[in-house]
Amino acid sequence: MTYDETTLAQLTEDAAAIIARYPVKRSALLPMLHLVQSVDGFVSPDGIQFCADRLELTAAEVSAVATFYTQYKRRPNGEYQVGVCTNTLCAVMGGDRIWDELSDHVGVGHDETTEDGKITLERLECNAACDYAPVMMVNWEFFDNQTPESAKQVVDDLRAGKDVAPTRGPATVCSFKQVSRVLAGFDDGRANEDQGAGEATLAGLEAAKGQGWEASK
Amino acid sequence: MTELVPVLTATWGSEQSWSLDTYTKAGGYAPLKKALGMAPTDIIQSVKDSGLRGRGGAGFPTGMKWGFLPPDDGGPRYLVVNADESEPGTCKDIPTMLAAPHALVEGVAITSFAIGCNHAFIYIRGEVAHVHRRVQQAVREAYEAGHLGKDIHGSGFDLDVTVHAGAGAYICGEETALLDSLEGRRGQPRLKPPFPAVAGLYARPTVVNNVESVASVPSIIGNGVDWFTAMGTERSKGMGIFSLSGHVQRPGQYEAPLGITLRELLQLAGGIREGHELKFWTPGGSSTPMFTEDQLDTPLDYEAVGAAGSMLGTRALQIFDETTCVVRAVTRWTEFYKHESCGKCTPCREGTYWLTQILKRIEGGRGTQADIQQLLDTCDSIAGRSFCALGDGATSSIISSVKLFREEYEAHVEQGGCPFDHAASALFEYSDTPATEEAHA
Repeated sequence: MTYDETTLAQLTEDAAAIIARYPVKRSALLPMLHLVQSVDGFVSPDGIQFCADRLELTAAEVSAVATFYTQYKRRPNGEYQVGVCTNTLCAVMGGDRIWDELSDHVGVGHDETTEDGKITLERLECNAACDYAPVMMVNWEFFDNQTPESAKQVVDDLRAGKDVAPTRGPATVCSFKQVSRVLAGFDDGRANEDQGAGEATLAGLEAAKGQGWEASK
Repeated sequence: MTELVPVLTATWGSEQSWSLDTYTKAGGYAPLKKALGMAPTDIIQSVKDSGLRGRGGAGFPTGMKWGFLPPDDGGPRYLVVNADESEPGTCKDIPTMLAAPHALVEGVAITSFAIGCNHAFIYIRGEVAHVHRRVQQAVREAYEAGHLGKDIHGSGFDLDVTVHAGAGAYICGEETALLDSLEGRRGQPRLKPPFPAVAGLYARPTVVNNVESVASVPSIIGNGVDWFTAMGTERSKGMGIFSLSGHVQRPGQYEAPLGITLRELLQLAGGIREGHELKFWTPGGSSTPMFTEDQLDTPLDYEAVGAAGSMLGTRALQIFDETTCVVRAVTRWTEFYKHESCGKCTPCREGTYWLTQILKRIEGGRGTQADIQQLLDTCDSIAGRSFCALGDGATSSIISSVKLFREEYEAHVEQGGCPFDHAASALFEYSDTPATEEAHA
């Protein structure tokens, strides 16, 4: 393994915290793979060996799990994972066009990363925000109601190093490594950041208010 | 006119709606204290009497699921919340957890107490970072307030809750695949029986419930069974979140009694997109056979939707207007199932591959009339012959769309291409150029 002493010590401490959440330690594997990505930016050979050692598995067993899930990246990932939903509903509402224009604009295709290491593009499956179609995700934050122009602007801003705010979620999008640490279950202190619940989220509530309807008590 | 009933959604517009403070001020965690004073069997009986059915798609009675656990043998038993919301069109659990995560946490505490569980898990899909922050924080707040942890409110009941992130796999919404995934394995479904109630997580008795099912429990305990059963229809009780998406004026989350109709919901949502008309819709996500305007007045409950030939599923109402090519829509859904098929069983793994090949051929204008029959024959080899429901779901939109819109499939063959202008379906203007043919990796 090529982790330096400090990195290895931190990884070991974090892995112990993850393992302590479960009655059976193998359950820690998925969050630990997110943890590895938070350090290496992908599921590295070192990271696989680290998980295997901690969980008393073979590297083959860890790899078998890592390759099953699309969020685990097998090559160094861009700083920003940019996904355009091209599942049916988003695709029909404009997602296909957004993908075409964005992919042309950035110059990379599905699961490819720009040369500057900033952007990895992905055609996403449904991300459970259909009421905001067409949807784009950046490092797993919501960018709702997109157009080709808005999507390209987001990516241009990210590449220019500007802070970018999702339409729902925290004040700014964090890096791929940072978000991987959140998914490993570590608090980044941003839960109270907010961009508003969102118009579609509140649509039914507003309609009920407009009619004076409430659930009985 | 059926009235909307904001229960779970009631506080979503409040200041810091996700905080413990907001939730408590709205009456939150009073049901937990009430439940802790009840006998666990009485809580299970109340949920049985309420008629609450699983809100994750299958609609299995929740109380009955709890009741299937074998008698206490002194070993651990688990509650696992299925928060892996991924069915195309389904978008209710994510806003629930973003806006009111404490409803879920309180539901977890009550459910765990009822079934004798001391360690519960919330398995959330990985692709929603802010949801993880909110649910993790809600769990921390609940521990600090004594709603979780040791000897909760002096009851002697202990409960730990672990929030767990998935990593991108639709199949993990299938409850046994979810359990394998939670055990640190590839998310592939298990043979049933044994059912999770008997041998679930770590081969111990386990209840797996959807977010909305669990979040509904505090309202039932707090307001009573009669309150809950006053909503809904004869065999589909209570409220549910209906998620409208697609070509409607005001898409979003509409919480209503089960049995409301799409016509009523559309009226509340401002109708179909200006100048257009309804063509087809899914009542419960992409795995449920599609409907047309003929079912506008079908009560959206488990029985009536079933009798009309589909399934209530997750109440994911995806609405498509007349500009939408049904072959394009179905092809894309089928690519999704191909991508998400776990590979464990042959009918689904190979079948979804071949369905995609045939559909792309038809959509691209290279199909034959015989391909349409071949599609249906291939569906026959998958539906009912796959290891889990993913394979069945993959065939739903194909079979129903060929039945309803066969002439549209034929038109693709006859004209050697798609007769629709895809740009007309989009929400922004652009001039149509051929879409990329790039497949999902």
